[in-house]
Amino acid sequence: MEKKAFPYCYLIPSFLVFCVFLFYPFFKTVYLSLYKTNNMGEAKIFVGLGNYIDLLTSSSFQNSLKVTIIFVVIVVFASMFLGLVTAVLCNKNFPAIRFFSTAYAMPMAIASSSAAMIFNIMLNPSVGIVNKLLNLNVNWLNDTNTALFCVAFLTAWLNSGINFLYFSAGLGNIDETIYERASIDGASSVQQFFFLTLPNLSPILFYTLVVNIIQAFQSFGQIKILTEGGPTESTNVIVYSIYRDAFFNYKFGDAAAQSIILFIIIMIVTLIMFKIEKKGVKY
Amino acid sequence: MTLNKDNSMIKSYDISKEKLENLKRQKSAIQLRKRRIRTGLRLALNILVVLIILLPLLYAVSIAFMPTGELFTTELNLFPKNPTFSNFTDALNNIPLVRFILNSFLVAGCITIGQIITCSLAAFAFSFLNFKAKNVLFMIVMATMMIPGEATIISNYLTVAKMGILDTYAVLIMPSLTSAMGIFLFRQFYMTFPKSLYESAKLDGCTNLRFIVSILMPLTKSAIGAMGVYTFINAWNMYMWPLLVTGSDKMRTVQVGLSMLNSLDSQSIPLTIAGVVMVILPSILIFILGQKQLIKGMFSGAVKG
Repeated sequence: MEKKAFPYCYLIPSFLVFCVFLFYPFFKTVYLSLYKTNNMGEAKIFVGLGNYIDLLTSSSFQNSLKVTIIFVVIVVFASMFLGLVTAVLCNKNFPAIRFFSTAYAMPMAIASSSAAMIFNIMLNPSVGIVNKLLNLNVNWLNDTNTALFCVAFLTAWLNSGINFLYFSAGLGNIDETIYERASIDGASSVQQFFFLTLPNLSPILFYTLVVNIIQAFQSFGQIKILTEGGPTESTNVIVYSIYRDAFFNYKFGDAAAQSIILFIIIMIVTLIMFKIEKKGVKY
Repeated sequence: MTLNKDNSMIKSYDISKEKLENLKRQKSAIQLRKRRIRTGLRLALNILVVLIILLPLLYAVSIAFMPTGELFTTELNLFPKNPTFSNFTDALNNIPLVRFILNSFLVAGCITIGQIITCSLAAFAFSFLNFKAKNVLFMIVMATMMIPGEATIISNYLTVAKMGILDTYAVLIMPSLTSAMGIFLFRQFYMTFPKSLYESAKLDGCTNLRFIVSILMPLTKSAIGAMGVYTFINAWNMYMWPLLVTGSDKMRTVQVGLSMLNSLDSQSIPLTIAGVVMVILPSILIFILGQKQLIKGMFSGAVKG
């Protein structure tokens, strides 16, 4: 008897934490999303899918969805591009390669909030370095046309570090001899990149894509610090909208419903990606 | 027979040996030059890209050393003309920065140690022991990776608020005391661990716990290193949770504490940035020191497919 219970003892610490801070709150969020709540976050009136219907028909949430999608697309594309370029640059040995690869991976060690504070100064319309270098006079974070792009670029920068590591690992796994054969056959380095490197990188490209999409959906600190969802909701991504509805407007039910929608979106994206992977990715 | 043949072949090419050497030398000289040009190009491109990537950090360091007067000009001011340490001392005097840093070290340290313990125990069970529902339980652990933090954060906040533990170290630490990724990473390492070592240790009367502490963990140091670096950096950089559950300067962690200052007047910009630089430093240092471990741990089979 004692022996049979034994293995589970090793799981208790982890599962205790999972149960209290993950499973229970997850189901509680589902539960809350079906209710109208009071200021204390207690479920009061059962409304069924009412919160969801209200959300999906409200122009504010539709805007949040649109903004989130644009944000995620820019972030994923830009951060993967940065990661890939830096990884290719560090693919062959050259002097000081260790310095460069450390520098390229560095953004992964930086907190979104710290980075946001630095970008805040860089983008400052009067003293910031961006306007000075580009000789412009743009109020980057207060303009509905540029704010989202700025926040997305910052996020891409933050995520590029880990992408560099993923792509470097992927490039390191490619068999060197295929390049030798290709260059004997007269393939240019551009051709080699598109016809050899990219296809051989596809498993890691795919993995990185999934991780990046999930991560981009969850960006919060930089938006809270730089724009607080503004100007005129142009950077009000779902996560920020959840935060605002729950902790400023005390509409916990609404916020819970948004969290569940976010969860469903992430799950669907992940599942679709894995479906595509089975068909398209070459191993 | 074959030897003779080879010899005769070499002889027949003997005549052009000098020519051949010359040709070879010429060719290798061309190749060497080509390679040098390529390396030079690569280096130049890298320097350009690294400057772009590091620009925010370099700019932050530069501003941190800039006297306030130099920042507020319309001229291009990439470097401080009269570098000063006063921003750093001002930051330390005006912001409870030392307190923030101590809080963050304590919280991130506890989270890291806690995760290493809980994750290695769970991973041990999943890879060395046999029990009912093992696979189902492991699938459940993996499935937790799909739940974004935002889907639980509201309920978690309500829970801890009801428990009356807001604004304590416990509330900052507890929710992060385990992670599916850590369990997965350790299990990945333990799977390659020779089972015979475990069996012979058991035969010698070694208990499971002793096996973990004195054999398994010392032999999987690189996994622990990777996981430790990753967890510490993430905990140090935590933002949303501390923002929600801390209410006083006493408990604030570095990220939240500093960002609270962000809304202050523009005169305090250099001071804030000096604070940011001081706060970034520990995570960068740990990253640089642990980078090798991190890469080795993260990519040893975990990412291949």
